[in-house]
Amino acid sequence: MKSAVITFPGSNCDRDMDVALKKFGFKNKMVWHQDVELPKSDLVVLPGGFSYGDYLRCGSMASKSKIMQSVINFANSGGMVMGICNGFQILVETGLVPGVLLRNKYLEFICKNVFVKISNKNNAYFKNINNNILELHIAHNEGNYFCTNDQLKKIEDNAQVAINYCNNEGKIEELFNPNGSVKNIAGIFNKEKNVLGMMPHPERMIDPSLSGEDGSLFFKNLINNLK
Amino acid sequence: MKISVIITLKKDVLDPQGKVIHQALDGMGFNDVNEVRQGKYFEIDTKETNPKKAKDKVEEMCKKLLANLVIENYKIIDAL
Repeated sequence: MKSAVITFPGSNCDRDMDVALKKFGFKNKMVWHQDVELPKSDLVVLPGGFSYGDYLRCGSMASKSKIMQSVINFANSGGMVMGICNGFQILVETGLVPGVLLRNKYLEFICKNVFVKISNKNNAYFKNINNNILELHIAHNEGNYFCTNDQLKKIEDNAQVAINYCNNEGKIEELFNPNGSVKNIAGIFNKEKNVLGMMPHPERMIDPSLSGEDGSLFFKNLINNLK
Repeated sequence: MKISVIITLKKDVLDPQGKVIHQALDGMGFNDVNEVRQGKYFEIDTKETNPKKAKDKVEEMCKKLLANLVIENYKIIDAL
């Protein structure tokens, strides 16, 4: 399986993602934001970081960079595109997934482990995964997912919610909402479910000596689903 | 020609920064403030000399980049 990770000026999780993808069997290529064409890939990843210093709105400048037109075309033709953290912010700015990510409700940069519940397994990202709850890491200042009521209705009607913040038992309540996101939403799909944007970092949970291995479950499952 | 743009958050969107600024003002003794909303201001100097054309272009910029229409409104201040 081939993957590509896009590096923008200010990306800082691109190499972590490269390590994670290779660890679980992807042949990964790093792609520079000024490139025009994507290498042949089964999965394209927009990594976390602070692309363009978060100028204007997080992800807004990166969403207009040269490579993004190819990424958008790839996604629109059914290709799998995953945006993590700043990558999620870039995805919402392209319009590939609905909504926006606002400043965290309590104005704090949040850096901690959280639990998320997988809300939809009927897609290539989470199909066949044994767990319903994953412990993943978040580190963001603008992760407060927001959309209009009309958008929310469409998102729910199309089962586009991927993961919600919850407690270790999978309870989705305001108490376990770290950043003020609408309905505890931590990640969403596009309508067709080939594009996934999420705030948590699975690539930071691939080694028991670091913080945990729930990210390993995600990547192992992902590559098996793509084979 | 210079054109100015003001971007504001839509009414229903939570503005935590505005809230904190409001609280700070309150603490400083400015007690008659009802609400504070924080926005953005842009000054665009364009080569276009026709005011109508310049305004149309800036409007396109607002829609494509300067504002995120899910949460923000834009207001173009007449060409100076």
